Amino acid sequence: MADPILSVRDLHTHFFADEGVVRAVDGTSFDLFAGRTLGIVGESGCGKSVTARSILRIVERPGRIVSGEIILRRADGRTTDLVKLPPDSAEMRAIRGGEIGLVFQEPMSSLSAFHTIGNQLIEAIRLHSTLSKRAARARAIELLAMVGIPRPDQRVDAYSFELSGGLRQRVMIALALAAEPRILIADEPTTALDVTTQAQILDLIRRLQQERGLAVILITHDMGVIAEMTDDVVVMYLGHEVEKGPVDVIFHAPRHPYTRSLLRSIPSVLAEPRARLATIAGSIPHPYARPPGCPFHPRCTDHIVGVCEKSFPPEVEISPNHGVACHLYPQPVEAAA
Amino acid sequence: MTPVLSVRSLRKYYPIHRGMLGRKVAEVRAVDDVSFTIDRGETLSLVGESGCGKTTTSRCILRAITPTGGEIRFRTETGAEVDVAKLPRAELRPLRRQMQMIFQDPFSSLNPRMTIAEIIGEPLLVNGMNDTGARHDRVAELLDLVHLPSAYLNRFPHAFSGGQRQRIGIARALALSPSLIVADEPVSALDVSVQAQIVNLMLELQDRLGIAYLFVAHDLSVVKHVSHRVAVMYVGKIVEIAPTHELFATPRHPYTEALLSAVPVPDPRKRASRIVLEGDVADPSDPPPGCAFHPRCRYATEHCRTAVPDLQEAAPGHWVRCHRAAELNLQGVSAA
Repeated sequence: MADPILSVRDLHTHFFADEGVVRAVDGTSFDLFAGRTLGIVGESGCGKSVTARSILRIVERPGRIVSGEIILRRADGRTTDLVKLPPDSAEMRAIRGGEIGLVFQEPMSSLSAFHTIGNQLIEAIRLHSTLSKRAARARAIELLAMVGIPRPDQRVDAYSFELSGGLRQRVMIALALAAEPRILIADEPTTALDVTTQAQILDLIRRLQQERGLAVILITHDMGVIAEMTDDVVVMYLGHEVEKGPVDVIFHAPRHPYTRSLLRSIPSVLAEPRARLATIAGSIPHPYARPPGCPFHPRCTDHIVGVCEKSFPPEVEISPNHGVACHLYPQPVEAAA
Repeated sequence: MTPVLSVRSLRKYYPIHRGMLGRKVAEVRAVDDVSFTIDRGETLSLVGESGCGKTTTSRCILRAITPTGGEIRFRTETGAEVDVAKLPRAELRPLRRQMQMIFQDPFSSLNPRMTIAEIIGEPLLVNGMNDTGARHDRVAELLDLVHLPSAYLNRFPHAFSGGQRQRIGIARALALSPSLIVADEPVSALDVSVQAQIVNLMLELQDRLGIAYLFVAHDLSVVKHVSHRVAVMYVGKIVEIAPTHELFATPRHPYTEALLSAVPVPDPRKRASRIVLEGDVADPSDPPPGCAFHPRCRYATEHCRTAVPDLQEAAPGHWVRCHRAAELNLQGVSAA
């Protein structure tokens, strides 16, 4: 396989609040390749959004990246460690939007209500290019057409509140792609949408990815969306990457107890009517009260007493590209030596 | 079986006023001729996309809003039937005990300044259980029913997770032993692992207590796990209503087919070609003529553009509002 376009290595992003330190992301590593979709899945507080924000260097205070590397391979083959760039530097601003586009969950609150969608697009286009206003406007209309907005030459002058949720999310995608980035990060892009609109948006992301060879990071809590959209998956729990691997392996040969129980507990349209769901005992711990050792051990049915609460398990590569961080799968002897 | 609730031709129209004189220029038909029944101990789910009228329907049934027309016949504990739609407000009070509600957001639906004992005990107090000891016992019993330790009684809501708060909300709804609970998206704000617990709890409580649920939801996967029957709404009307298995395996309405096919299936080996509906849901203040779904329907004919279809029984207990229901062979979802 070619070199990854983005490599995250042992990323730690912590929030230093008065009540204590929240280790929102605590050792995440993954590779993203051009033309592929990486899914990051997990429940609330697992650190999936903070991972995305860390990559774009938009983590809000009191949070900051404590350690780790985020290596971006540039178009000319050079590599840049985003962690080393000041968040407000010219280079980081050029990367943000220019090389990495971002789509948020809430299309209503991420678009300005005071500017037409055309003006917002033109601003984004001109920020990363030298196009004239007139050319940028033509480009904006082109982008709106590309994301499937009907009558783009009229809609370019519309305000975001005049559009439906699905159209707004299409505008967000147009905005994210305005500067032709090579990476698109979509953070819960369809969570606020109805299921038929969600299908439209997922289709759009897939089509744009194929047309442009985009590398996509798709962040979601929805295992169905992960199954439909991604090539590779990272499963996170309380800031930790517990399992990662190709999508088929994650769904058909998951090894981590959390991945397994999560998959069993999701409702499915294929289930028998009124079938009871398998559950995971307890609830996600409060971030200030994170269990010691493996953070999943209090809810884990395979919990090894005396081991799991003591130390965090190292990630073991079970098969090529399939890694699991769980004490059930000990480090191979030769690797440990 | 006698239905605990039968809704007939329920309508809720909202006027649109324009101009200086506030003249009524149009109306939004949020709920337009909706009829269904719910039996004792049964779950009927109302599904559909935002703006389809499912929440308005559920609010009308609780008389949180007064319907424009139609009947809402509720069978009381004594066996008498009352029309909730027409009852004067004062006479609604005793009925409220028998119809309760579970809310979507467990964070905003519990008063942060009240203890769990006060929250669950409040409906008891309001309905005349003045004996503190008896009330305390009942609250403990209710906590036990929703599997929360009674040690939690004197804590405040902020100490609880989303799933635990939803259990508290359910205990409060159960306090007065209702025969019908309206649950509007009760699990959609919860994480997957917690959602499963609440779904199972609702199923268990229904089996133990024989409560009927009107379950309002947009997530068809959850609906499959809780419902006996499902009603699909589109622009204020029920377009299809059928037993759960039948609706999912053999849908008869093109909208149901599209909804089912849009649900992402959690299995990468089943990446099916989805039916992607073009455009957006029709505007209920200006619905298209004929069948409201026709602009997005891939089976629409000239007839669909002009004539409004009626709800017809396609198979026993399976009603559908489509001109072409008999001739179409639509795709459902099943495990095979």
